[in-house]
Amino acid sequence: MSEAVELRRDPSHGYLGGVCAGFASRAGIDPILIRIGFIVAVAIGGVGIPLYALGWVLIPAEGPEKPAVQRLLTRSDTWLVAAGMGCLVAAGLLLLRAWDVWFVSDQILWPFVIAATGGALIWRQSQSAPERVAERAKLPRHTVNRAAAGAALVVGGALIFLYVNDALAPARDVVLPVLVMLVALTIILAPWWIRMVRGLADERAARIRSQERAEVAAHLHDSVLQTLALVQKRADDPREVAALARRQERELRAWLNNTRPLGEATLAGALEAAAAEVEADHHVPIDVVTVGDGPLDEPGAALVAAAREALVNASKFAGPEPISLYAEMADGRAEVFVRDRGPGFDVSAVPQDRRGVRDSIVGRMERHGGRATVHSTPGQGTEVELVMEP
Amino acid sequence: MTSVVIVDDHSLFRAGVRAELDGLVEVIGDAATVEEAVECIVRLEPDVVLLDVHMPGGGGLEVLRQVAEKRPAQRFLALSVSDAPEDVIAIIRAGARGYVTKTISGQELADAVNRIADGDAVFSPRLAGFVLDAFASVAGPVEVADPELEQLTAREREVLRHIARGYLYKEIAARLNISTKTVEAHVSAVLRKLQLSSRHELSRWAVQRRLVD
Repeated sequence: MSEAVELRRDPSHGYLGGVCAGFASRAGIDPILIRIGFIVAVAIGGVGIPLYALGWVLIPAEGPEKPAVQRLLTRSDTWLVAAGMGCLVAAGLLLLRAWDVWFVSDQILWPFVIAATGGALIWRQSQSAPERVAERAKLPRHTVNRAAAGAALVVGGALIFLYVNDALAPARDVVLPVLVMLVALTIILAPWWIRMVRGLADERAARIRSQERAEVAAHLHDSVLQTLALVQKRADDPREVAALARRQERELRAWLNNTRPLGEATLAGALEAAAAEVEADHHVPIDVVTVGDGPLDEPGAALVAAAREALVNASKFAGPEPISLYAEMADGRAEVFVRDRGPGFDVSAVPQDRRGVRDSIVGRMERHGGRATVHSTPGQGTEVELVMEP
Repeated sequence: MTSVVIVDDHSLFRAGVRAELDGLVEVIGDAATVEEAVECIVRLEPDVVLLDVHMPGGGGLEVLRQVAEKRPAQRFLALSVSDAPEDVIAIIRAGARGYVTKTISGQELADAVNRIADGDAVFSPRLAGFVLDAFASVAGPVEVADPELEQLTAREREVLRHIARGYLYKEIAARLNISTKTVEAHVSAVLRKLQLSSRHELSRWAVQRRLVD
């Protein structure tokens, strides 16, 4: 086992424990040859089975998996129970032999111990609680390994028992031709079978690919193609076309970046959603920049509502230039700036009965423990500053 | 007039930018692939390269890397539809002096190009937001080699916040009672920190990007 290929079981390519596949990859030949060898060894006197079991237990598997002996020592469930069962049976039979009970001889003892161990393994496997079975169903390889190991032990024990008691001699005449025929059939059918298995895997991969494709196509159909159709219909209205394009761009970006969907319950998400809605309603582009994020609690919701109101005002009165929404959120403190490049106005000259700004922005912020300030100078646009402190 | 080379794999977009910049700056060449771009930039020696971030064969990052070996003083302005933070930060850390999105108007783009040609940095509101975000988050247990590089000064933060709020440089200057030159100096200082800082958020973005590419 030098630096060449180390001898490893290869469960991913094997049928039971991957012992044959492991030998094959070590020797660089087709595993089927090794398998035939093993089957022949089983047919002639059954040595193949204990050999295989030994290989399974002692040879570590490919990859990080530990050899079965180590697992047996480190695991507390099935394997331990099986080993314990084997020990108990061995102890009981040895005791009987020590008492000179007539039928207990070496010819019976060891086959029984092996078979009992395997039986315990299978029983333990099948008697698990339903939820554990369901859990195991997700790791079929593991389950199959244990059940198969149990079965191998039981069959091995039985065969050894029959063999040492010379009960196999007549059976061999029947079994050998059957086995030889089976081997022949395997050699004939194996290529088709392997091809079918591979074909299934390929088909599965292709299905997954086509599902993904269908999903992308469905999304593009619902969104992009729909928007393109609208753009063609509204080609005479540049503002509408620009708004449609921006909304589609925003949505496609959110989808591509796979970030939180618009409107999810964070402050930044809610602000972006509000901006998208206002933009869709009023057809004035809104550039949103957010730094940090915060929870969408009651004051947060008030902040979003006030920001939305400020955006609506800017869209109505500030003309077609883009509006900037900037939000900075950290440690429970949130600041939002809504800035437009419109004509601006003299803040002190706004009559007291103009309720829009006073109630829906300033009043709302103050009721929730925040504050709002409107900065505006005629000719230089307007900026609404909203601050919510913890 | 400032000479410009446009690097973008979409011919329609190159033609559109050319038309928009006509008369504002002098477009002396364009390129559609990384190899073409490197050859073209080294041969024509433009004042500024308008660089698309996403292109086949390594994208804008690869162009930056290859040109840096042959013409280290070349100035780049990244121009992209992508506004994913890792793309933006990676291209800036690779040496671009600014980042604007493709929806920018022709006049604004020409202004940005001229500003880059003068050796200043150009931050779009979104880039300013990313930078604030990256420098705002709490620094991890990193060995801080140069503490000055790892933080923004109060003034730099203030300037960045104004950019993020949509103010132009001259408006910021007026609001903060400083000269436009000083605003530009602050932005350039932030650019330097962005390129040299070892803050792990920035490094992480850059590393992720390299793994992906």
